[in-house]
Amino acid sequence: MRLIHKFAQWCDLRLQVGNSIRRTAEHSVPRDTASWFYVFGSAALTVFALQLVTGILLALIYVPSAGEAWSSLQTLNHGVALGWFIRALHGWGSNFMVAIVLLHMLQVFLFGAYKFPRELTWIVGVLLLVVTLAMAFTGQIMRFDQDAYWGLGIGASIASRVPIIGPAVVNLMLGGPIIAGATLSRFFALHVFVVPGLLIAFVGIHLLMVLRLGINEWPMPGRVVRRATYLQEYQDLTHERGIPFVPSAVWKDIFFSGFILVLVTLCAAYFGPFGPGGKPDPTIIQTAPRPDFFFLWLYALLSFLPPSAETPILLAGPVIALTCLLALPLVAGEGEKSWKRRPVAVLTILLIAVALGTLTHLAEHTPWSPVMDAWSAEPVPSHFLRGRSALERQGALVFQAKQCHNCHSLEGRGGKRGPALDAVALSLSEDQLVRQVIQGGGNMPAYGKNLSPAETTALVAFLKTLHPATQLPAHDASRVLALGADETGTR
Amino acid sequence: MNVKDGISRRAALVKLGLVLNGIVGAFLAVPIVRYLLSPVTRERKVGYESWLSLGELKQFPAGQTRLATYRNPVVNAWDGDTGDIACWVRNVDDKNFQVFAVNCAHLGCLVRWFPQSSLFMCPCHGGAYYQDGSRASGPPERGLFEYHYKIENGHLLIKAGEMPTPGRAANRRSRAGTCA
Repeated sequence: MRLIHKFAQWCDLRLQVGNSIRRTAEHSVPRDTASWFYVFGSAALTVFALQLVTGILLALIYVPSAGEAWSSLQTLNHGVALGWFIRALHGWGSNFMVAIVLLHMLQVFLFGAYKFPRELTWIVGVLLLVVTLAMAFTGQIMRFDQDAYWGLGIGASIASRVPIIGPAVVNLMLGGPIIAGATLSRFFALHVFVVPGLLIAFVGIHLLMVLRLGINEWPMPGRVVRRATYLQEYQDLTHERGIPFVPSAVWKDIFFSGFILVLVTLCAAYFGPFGPGGKPDPTIIQTAPRPDFFFLWLYALLSFLPPSAETPILLAGPVIALTCLLALPLVAGEGEKSWKRRPVAVLTILLIAVALGTLTHLAEHTPWSPVMDAWSAEPVPSHFLRGRSALERQGALVFQAKQCHNCHSLEGRGGKRGPALDAVALSLSEDQLVRQVIQGGGNMPAYGKNLSPAETTALVAFLKTLHPATQLPAHDASRVLALGADETGTR
Repeated sequence: MNVKDGISRRAALVKLGLVLNGIVGAFLAVPIVRYLLSPVTRERKVGYESWLSLGELKQFPAGQTRLATYRNPVVNAWDGDTGDIACWVRNVDDKNFQVFAVNCAHLGCLVRWFPQSSLFMCPCHGGAYYQDGSRASGPPERGLFEYHYKIENGHLLIKAGEMPTPGRAANRRSRAGTCA
């Protein structure tokens, strides 16, 4: 022990950093900030350190080449001792890092920590969020499978919509005319050199400002921030009634960081690594690409926007959102910090949370996508066929063979793109059914050219049976008058 | 020479040094920017597209739509499977053909052909197209992307080499109708 102490003293005499480290560690912080709400920033930093270590470990094996990346991931998963665990740590670490960064941002926003004099700390924090999301997106591409390949295709399609320079941006993004080796190489360079470099630089500035300006005090309702008086008030809070950061506040940071590391490890060990999914071979057409969890909300949004609004929202949306975040501390640099006196702030958070949550939930069920194999994998439930005529059963066959089931569900099975047809006969009469099938409309393709008259007749006969036993199907009362009761064909 | 002059002379030298470095930096920036922009300039100068064969015509029976694959004309040795590109070939009547990109005109996912209902369906956001590539339903703003084709010596040739995207659509022939 004494030897170590002597060695440390020998080093510090030459390094001359011991005193400043001690002073930094023991700097005073407001008493209330030794709180479990103030642990997210340090936890994000801890997970980032984990990402750095596991990322370097993965780079020992991973081959950033379009032809080899997928098989090198297989080797990592199956051929290298505990390679799967390192991949799982890195994958789960990235999920936790995005989540903790968002939590940190939420806490900072609700506690008014972005107000004077910490405006720039917030702005750098917003840049850190952007850079973290960039790490998540480029990392998804490193897992070079079908989802990565088609995700890049979606990114390129969005980028191509930029006016005038769109096609050039696509070539620049892909590094060539198609998604191929050059694409993976440049996203590898972004993921391991450029973006982490920015991340480290921004973290450095962010931390430096937290130390120089002091941690945000616990917001009290009624304690209003004013540029003229705030610095003096904060001085009183820290120096008159403050406590040293080490050890009075730091132990909560340490415990929480350790807790998060344990959670990441447990998730990695229990759930294992993410993918890789199918081979990134664009000639394999039996694939339905899905984005990673944090981009699911965007996936949902893109299927609900009307075509005319899509391009403007795709291109202007991120710019507007980023501008709002960056401008927030400049616009609202003074005033109440406590969330109890900031109803608009709280409601904004709730609105965003509900919107993102709903979109993510929808994206997990993708009601807008046809179920590509429902026509062959989901049979018509047998009770819809029992006691039916030959024609009606023939109609059920048409329903399957013409892929109607891909977009229309029966008993909740099949596609949800179009309306469920369990009780369609209640809302559409025979003529309306014929018209809808032949002409389409309301976002349904017209099947007039693809169905023979016999097939249409059979299909409509089947659809007419789809109603609850206790309710009569819709019928056109005027037909009885025009054609006479015998020829209407209603049952 | 007094001290004051000395300081200003040194300050001037510092400024001169900075200016020199700035000039060198500007010179260095030219090759760096040209290197970075090479994927864009290459398209302007040489172009990525060329005529390539999808195989003999007899692979594509009249009245049917079949999947065809080709090796992209611009590839690197390490591109692996990503250099293989698929497309849908529709033989209308043995004289007229249509060759569609597999990429959906909405956001580029790959569309699948269903011969039973004569529809292309996209698994991502639910775009659907008729057999002639025109938009049937869903979010796409236009029909499927089409390649130029020609027939030589009993082979079907298409002009391809670049991933079709909505933004490049203006440069590309589009027979397909837009939304109703």
